[in-house]
Amino acid sequence: MSVSQALPGTHRRDMDAYRLRHGHGGGHGGHDFPTGHGEGGPAPRHVVVAYGFWIFILSDIIMFSTFFAAHAVLATATAGGPSGTVMFNPANVAWETTALLLSSFTCGLSAVATRARSLVWTEIGLLITGVLGVAFLVLECREFASFVARGASPEASAFLSSFFAVVGCHGLHVTAGLLWLGTMMAQVFVKGFRPDILRRLLCFNLFWHALDIIWVALFTIVYLIGLGR
Amino acid sequence: MHLNPARSLRPAHAAARHTSSCLLAPLRAPLFLAPLLFLSACDGILDPRGPIGNADGLIMLNSLEIMLAIVIPTLVAALIFAWWFRASNTRARYLPHFDYSGRLEVIVWAIPILVILFLGGVIWIGSHDLDPSKPITSRNQPINVQVVALDWKWLFIYPDQGIATVNQLVVPADTPIHFSLTSASVMNVFFVPQLGSMIYAMNGMVSQLWLQADRQGDYFGESAQFSGDGFSGMHFTMHAVTSADFNTWVNGVRQGRGPTLDWTGYLDLAKQSQNVQPYVYRTVDLSLFRAISTQSLPPGPGPKTGRSGEQAHPRPEG
Amino acid sequence: MLGKLTWQAIPFDQPIPLVAGGVVFLILVAVVIWIIVKGHLPYLWNEWITSVDHKRIGVMYMLLSLVMLLRGFIDGLMMRSQQALAFRAPGYLPPEHYDQIFSAHGTIMIFFGAMPMVIGLMNFVVPLQLGVRDVAFPTLNSTSFWLTATGALLVNVSLVVGEFARTGWLPYPPLSEATYTPGVGVDYYVWALQISGVGTLLTGVNFVTTILKMRAPGMSYLRMPVFCWTALASNLLIVAAFPVLTATLAMLALDRYLGFHFFTDTAGGNQMMFVNLIWAWGHPEVYILVLPAFGVFSEVIPTFSGKPLFGYRSMVAATLFICIVSFTVWLHHFFTMGAGGDVNGVFGIATSIIAVGTGVKIYNWMFTMYGGRIRYTTPMLWSVGFIVTFVIGGMTGVMLAVPPADFELHNSLFLVAHFHNVIIGGVVFGGFAGLTYWFPKAFGFRLHEGWGKASFWFTFIGFYATFVPLYVAGLLGMTRRLQEYDVASWQPWVLAAGVGVLVTLVGAVCQVTQLVVSILHRDELRDETGDPWDGRSLEWSTASPPPAFNYAVLPNVQGEEPYWEIKRRAIETQQLAAEPDYKPIELPRNSPTGFITAFFATITGFALIWQIWWMVVVGLVAAYLVFVVFAWRDVTEYEIPASEVAAIDRARRTARQQWLDTHARVGEQV
Repeated sequence: MSVSQALPGTHRRDMDAYRLRHGHGGGHGGHDFPTGHGEGGPAPRHVVVAYGFWIFILSDIIMFSTFFAAHAVLATATAGGPSGTVMFNPANVAWETTALLLSSFTCGLSAVATRARSLVWTEIGLLITGVLGVAFLVLECREFASFVARGASPEASAFLSSFFAVVGCHGLHVTAGLLWLGTMMAQVFVKGFRPDILRRLLCFNLFWHALDIIWVALFTIVYLIGLGR
Repeated sequence: MHLNPARSLRPAHAAARHTSSCLLAPLRAPLFLAPLLFLSACDGILDPRGPIGNADGLIMLNSLEIMLAIVIPTLVAALIFAWWFRASNTRARYLPHFDYSGRLEVIVWAIPILVILFLGGVIWIGSHDLDPSKPITSRNQPINVQVVALDWKWLFIYPDQGIATVNQLVVPADTPIHFSLTSASVMNVFFVPQLGSMIYAMNGMVSQLWLQADRQGDYFGESAQFSGDGFSGMHFTMHAVTSADFNTWVNGVRQGRGPTLDWTGYLDLAKQSQNVQPYVYRTVDLSLFRAISTQSLPPGPGPKTGRSGEQAHPRPEG
Repeated sequence: MLGKLTWQAIPFDQPIPLVAGGVVFLILVAVVIWIIVKGHLPYLWNEWITSVDHKRIGVMYMLLSLVMLLRGFIDGLMMRSQQALAFRAPGYLPPEHYDQIFSAHGTIMIFFGAMPMVIGLMNFVVPLQLGVRDVAFPTLNSTSFWLTATGALLVNVSLVVGEFARTGWLPYPPLSEATYTPGVGVDYYVWALQISGVGTLLTGVNFVTTILKMRAPGMSYLRMPVFCWTALASNLLIVAAFPVLTATLAMLALDRYLGFHFFTDTAGGNQMMFVNLIWAWGHPEVYILVLPAFGVFSEVIPTFSGKPLFGYRSMVAATLFICIVSFTVWLHHFFTMGAGGDVNGVFGIATSIIAVGTGVKIYNWMFTMYGGRIRYTTPMLWSVGFIVTFVIGGMTGVMLAVPPADFELHNSLFLVAHFHNVIIGGVVFGGFAGLTYWFPKAFGFRLHEGWGKASFWFTFIGFYATFVPLYVAGLLGMTRRLQEYDVASWQPWVLAAGVGVLVTLVGAVCQVTQLVVSILHRDELRDETGDPWDGRSLEWSTASPPPAFNYAVLPNVQGEEPYWEIKRRAIETQQLAAEPDYKPIELPRNSPTGFITAFFATITGFALIWQIWWMVVVGLVAAYLVFVVFAWRDVTEYEIPASEVAAIDRARRTARQQWLDTHARVGEQV
């Protein structure tokens, strides 16, 4: 992988995430030194965008927490039907986890390629991320289908409702992420590494990694604890 | 509001208890609340007729008094400041730089904190002493009543007497009543305002409540959780009678011509109906309450198409 | 083809909603025709509908709020009149209809009346007070507004197409499950709130980011106006609480649509979990509403007392204290569900603890007035009215926080009177205070004082006339949501409340009249300088209305109350600060994204309600495409040349200089 030598000057501000260089403060008349108390005027655009997206991710985590809390309440409400211990297939879950964690890794690699402004490697990284994401979804859909085929559908018990909802919610987020991924791949291809597209790629990366974190929590709370019950 | 002169005579046996008649209630609350109590026509929560109601009401008035001790000076001060410091009052001092005072800060934080500490004690003790499931001790044996909230009527089963009633609760006065409550369908709340606390009734669960009517009388009862179109009709009367009268009534029901309540009859009763007139069942299947609360009997059906069904009133047998 | 939708959805057999719907429809058509014929459509489209300017969006939120407050108030009038007539009589509203009305009343008032009111005020004021040009994400801001409008639209459409929920404003299961509510009412509720909830959540993200990351140079946290602190706390609560609502309503929707068992009676569903989850959102929600109102009073009272806010730091501390503790009290909404003495005791104590924060604020406002020279303009009247009313309402709240008292007062009219006491006394009074206070900044002319004072007095007296009888009725044992009753001792109080609400109606009429009269007489009420009240915070340094860029040059903030300092210096030196070095300013372009996204959200919502699945897919795909089109833009900003910036700002400086020339002495007020 080659790192491009000459970085265009307009990108410098975006890469100076910790504002170690003076000069491009605030944007509209701000001071040159960040004080940590926001006294330097409005923060640069990429900081604002990333911060806002973090806040959004925090809110999404709270939404997932609500589903987790419901699952904690309903995990034993099997209404005489199957529980996690009999249903869950650890191997399948392990493959799903592998696929998703690997996809996070490849997403990170694509971010490195973006930093180096390599279109080809960015696209390849994103593509592999997408393929792994699709693999994750396929495994999950097959798991759902096998449960339903055995009569363990969400209408059967509160436990199953909660299981399908929390895992399905995560799956929906992955699906939306893949849609976003495809859109980003198209955008980068057509428009190149413009500042606003770089910001969006940053947000996408945050989102994809956050999904990974949620999966770790989900995998622990739903599958591991469920298997041990 | 017109007072019944007979109420000014306290029955001797009630002397040892915390009963409050309309006349005496003002003595236990600050005088300025007295007009409110008189205006209340001596009904509802401010005219309790049982130990739970008395205790609940007392705590309510006490917390009101505690709060008024702060609120009234605050409001008076606010209005005085608002009036005195109006711009047209040239006698008032203008203090344009008075925006901080350490002493005042300590006071304005301390006053609410102290009140809350005190109130916290009332809350903690009260929540435990008056928990609805806490039994009432009495020299009289408690009566058990199983309550099923239906759409849109109340079913009262007397497991020890083997009878049941709809929308009518007859109990002996001066006797603790132990209620076990569940719902046939949606959430409801069982509430007799003059006797005290209310409690949720939910399908698949059993909640517990203890109440007692100190004196004979008729007490209004209702549901305090909206449950659908027939909700307004979901009230009943609680008749507190003497022990002897209660036994007479029970025997009368057992030997009467009321229908029997079995599982089939219950399924019929569980269909939606409104404004059901009170009636009695001369016998009842004693497994019914447990079956309902554990869902051996399914929850009641809902409406057919969004409109509620017509009245269901089974005809007496025989 | 059209799912569950048939002609029977339209209530041809019910005159009241039919006539109401018909009247509203005719009014809307007339307004639209007038707009088109008069040629206002391009102006509306370019300047308002596609605007991403926080000031315009704030005004639109306020407009939505006022219209919805009126609709909710009409529902309230119907409820009071029905109860006044319904002593051992059926009244004029059968249960199926009455139940929808009280459910719509609560839903509309909270979600589409009060929320837009506080969000509208925050939208308009916060960037101006922070000394910046706009919020962090302007197009997202526009989308938030239009999604809220979508929710309001869906709820109102339910009046004439189908029905609304008949469960109360919080749809407790099992009543709200498909078994017991098979109709579309709860579905209208769910999707209207899910859609507008997305909008609200995005507002929360937007404002938290703006307040924490975008302030004028020199404005550290402890130099922010208290309104911005309360806006921050309120938006943090939005970010933390609204996801809970989204998840909970999603669970209810899964139950209703796909037969899941989150909250059903059977198969292990847990109805108590709904109550817990919904109130884990619901309690922070009321603080989301009231904290900005507290912020309004923290601006209004210092301004009209002529002194700084007393105890700035403890106000900030109290605000953050309330923000955090508001998440620890939710169980007090269902003490009677039988959790036991320990649990009830803990939550009762937590609830009374939160009263400490509010008490501190009340005292700080009082000591702001102390030593002041108070001018009783309409906003100040609302503020004093608030102090009196909110303290009483808070007191009844602390009474309800004591579980044994709540065991008798839960769900009674005492409870209803309490929460109206705090919401009307806090949020509505604060909203009207803020409306009257910032109206000249938004439109360049003040609201008519006389009609404002009339509106205050009638609303204030009307509130007590309506709700004090309801407190009494609650103490007499009357529970809420009764369509008919037969307890004689309740009747006089219900009748009294029915009369009292007519006094409030006069207040509402005065409020509308105030708007109309002010617009007609706007030239006499003109705000020439931009500082009609002798204000203390930065927004009063701009012209009225401010230019699109707010500030030609971002102000350099030295202390609290920066504008007050600027004014003092100008008066003492008898000159304005030196003219700044004007530069071109880039602003975000307007965009139809918000409006069009909301359009497709409406279609998707309607289709989900009536289970028209192909339309759902179309709506979702179209919404995604709108997003892609927006993301594909190459030109996102437009530039205002330095010369134009200079011209606009010089006009402002001229007006200020003229004011200076005629007011030579320190301390002289406008």
